[in-house]
Amino acid sequence: MSLRTQPGPYFGDFGGRFVPESLVAALDELTAEYKLARNDPAFAAALMKLHVNYTGRPSIITEVPRFAEYAGGARIILKREDLNHTGSHKINNALGQALLTQRIGKTRVIAETGAGQHGVATATVAALFGLECVVYMGEVDTERQALNVARMRLLGAEVVPVKTGSRTLKDAINDAMRDWVSNVETTNYIFGTVAGPHPFPAMVRDFQKIIGEEARKQVLDLTGSLPDAVTACVGGGSNAMGIFDAFLDDPDVALFGYEAAGDGVETARHAATITKGRPGVLHGARSMLLQDEDGQTVDSHSISAGLDYPGVGPEHAWLASIGRATYLPITDDEAMSALRLLSRTEGIIPAIESSHALAGTLELGRALGPEATILVNLSGRGDKDMETAGRYFDLLDEGAEQS
Amino acid sequence: MTTPITSGAVSTVEQTIARRRSEGGGALIGYLPVGFPTLNDSIDAAVALVANGVDIIELGLPYSDPVMDGPVIQAATQQALANGFKLRHGFEAIRAITAQVDAPVLIMTYWNPVVQYGVERFADDLRAAGGAGLITPDLIPDEAADWMAASVRADLDRVFLAAPSSSDARLVQAIEASRGFVYTVSTMGTTGARAGVDAAARILVERLRAVGCTSACVGLGISTPEQVREILGYADGAIVGSALVKALTDGGVPAVARLALELAAGANDIRPASSPEQIQH
Repeated sequence: MSLRTQPGPYFGDFGGRFVPESLVAALDELTAEYKLARNDPAFAAALMKLHVNYTGRPSIITEVPRFAEYAGGARIILKREDLNHTGSHKINNALGQALLTQRIGKTRVIAETGAGQHGVATATVAALFGLECVVYMGEVDTERQALNVARMRLLGAEVVPVKTGSRTLKDAINDAMRDWVSNVETTNYIFGTVAGPHPFPAMVRDFQKIIGEEARKQVLDLTGSLPDAVTACVGGGSNAMGIFDAFLDDPDVALFGYEAAGDGVETARHAATITKGRPGVLHGARSMLLQDEDGQTVDSHSISAGLDYPGVGPEHAWLASIGRATYLPITDDEAMSALRLLSRTEGIIPAIESSHALAGTLELGRALGPEATILVNLSGRGDKDMETAGRYFDLLDEGAEQS
Repeated sequence: MTTPITSGAVSTVEQTIARRRSEGGGALIGYLPVGFPTLNDSIDAAVALVANGVDIIELGLPYSDPVMDGPVIQAATQQALANGFKLRHGFEAIRAITAQVDAPVLIMTYWNPVVQYGVERFADDLRAAGGAGLITPDLIPDEAADWMAASVRADLDRVFLAAPSSSDARLVQAIEASRGFVYTVSTMGTTGARAGVDAAARILVERLRAVGCTSACVGLGISTPEQVREILGYADGAIVGSALVKALTDGGVPAVARLALELAAGANDIRPASSPEQIQH
C-alpha cells in the first residue's frame, strides 16, 4: 500500500475534526471545493503558472561540500526553499489556498503566524489577489519577529498581536479560529501548516509536496540515485511533509524530522512534541501534544518562533507511530551553531527553523559516514532572524549602531 | 419522530426543561467556570444561581485553548488555571453544589481534558459526583463514538451543538446524538454578551423543531431578562454565560445572585403571550 498522499481525515489514529459545530459547514465547503480543484487541470495550471512566474520555482538544489566536512564527509544537498519569493516554503501553500479562496468566492482571508513567514506569504498572496487580510500573531512573536510584522503591514495586511495564553503561535491559532467562527460567511482561513482539522493536514501537504517531487528528481539527476536520508525541521511540520511525501514509498530513503528542543528535552523549555508529548486533541485534530496530566496544553519554548508550537501535524504523528519517519530533538544552541556554520562555510544564511534540520544533519552525516547522501530541506532564509542571531552571537556593536 | 437516544432512566435535565415549559415558562441555564475566582467562590456562586431561580447549572472546566470562548470567559478561565485548577476540582464542585441545591449540573468541557482523564473514567467519576452530563463545544457527533458509548453506559446527558450554518442533516444528527437538550448556537461567533440576539437563533430553533427537536436551548450572547424572555418565547431554554461571569468578576457572589434573580424573572410567564405558532416567517 502506498503511504503517499493520504487523503485524511485520519492518518492511522491521528487527525479528524475536533471543532465547534459552527465551523463544520466551512470545512465541508473547503473539502468539497478542494476535491474539485485538485482534479481540475485548470486549477493545477493556474497554480503552476504562479509557482514559475511568481515564486521562482522550481527551487534549485545546492550541494554544500564545505559544510559537509563537518558532517563526517557525507554528501549534503540543500533544497533551496529559502530562495522562493517571500523567503520560505510557506508561499507554496499560501498560493494554493488563495486560488481556492478565489474559487469559493470569499473576499477576506485570515491566517495565523509564528515566525511570520506564513503571515508574510498570506499577506503577499492577499495583495496579489486583492483580498482583505488579517494575520494573528502572538505578542511574543511580534516582538521577536518585528521585521516580518513590518513586511505584512507594508503588504496591506492587518496584524493582530494576540495577548492571551502564552502569546505565541498556539494562541494565534485560537484567535484565528474565533475570527473564522464569527466571519465564516466572507472569510477563508489560510492555515499555514499540516495541522488543524480536516482538510488542512492533507491539503497543506498537497500544496507543499512539490518540494519533494522536485527534489527527488533533482537529486536523481545530480547523483544518479536516491538520497540515503531526507531531513527537515518540524514545528507544525509543513516543510517536512512537503519534502517527505515524495519519498514515503522509497523504503531505502530514511526520513528524519528535527524538533525544537529549546534548552533541552530534559528541561521544561522545549517544543519537542513527538519526542516528549502524548496523543491528544488540539486545534481540531488528534495528534501528539505537549500537555500536562489534565490535558492542558503546556507552553512550548524555542529560540525559533516558527517551531515554538506544542502540537504537530497528525500525519507526522502517524509516520512516527509506524516508524516510517524518525523525529529527534535539536537544542537552541545546536541550531544556532549550525546556522553560523552554514553561513561561514557556504555563504548561505538559513532561517533558525531550518538550522534545526542542518544541526540534525551534521549528526546524521557523522553516523551514516562519507558514502551517504543527505537531502536537507532548507525551508527558509535567515534575514528575518538577524536580530535574534545578532543578540545570540553578540554581533550587534553598540558603537556601530549609533554611528 | 426523532427522539433523543435514552438509556433507561430519563434525563433530569430534560425533566427540568419539560417542567418549566409546563409551568408556562422555560428553563434558565447559567454558566460559570469552576475555580473562578476561587474554587469555593465558584461553588457559592453556582449555589446562588439556583437559589435565585436558575434551573440548570452549566459548569465550565477551565482549558488552556478555549476556541469557542470570548474575552470574558477566556480571562476567567485563564485566571482559574493560573490559580491551580485541576480536573478533580470539577467533580468536587459538583458534589458541593448538589449537596446544597437541587438542580441538574452539566459540565461544559473542551474534549482533550476528557480524553486525557480517560473517557470511561471521566463518565464514571462524573456520574459518581452527581453530574448530569457533558456539553462538548469542540466535539461533534462525528468524532464522539467513545463518548456516546460511555455516556449511554453511565446514563449521562450529551449536549451537542447546532449552529446557524449546520445543514439539516447535521441538525438531525445533533438531535439524535444529544440527550438533555440541543445547544442552539444563537449566532456565528464565540461566547460573550451581545446587544441583540440574532434572528438566526429563532430561525435555527424553527429548523430544529421541523426535524423533530423537543428540547432546544439557546446560548451565546444572552445577558438580559428581556433577551431571556424573547428566547423562551420560541425555545425551551436560555443559556447565560459571560454576563454572569462578568457579574462575578465585578461584584462577587452577591452580584451574580442579583443578576440571576433578574434573569429568572424573564424566564417566567412567557406563554401564551408569544407562542411559537405565532411566529411569522
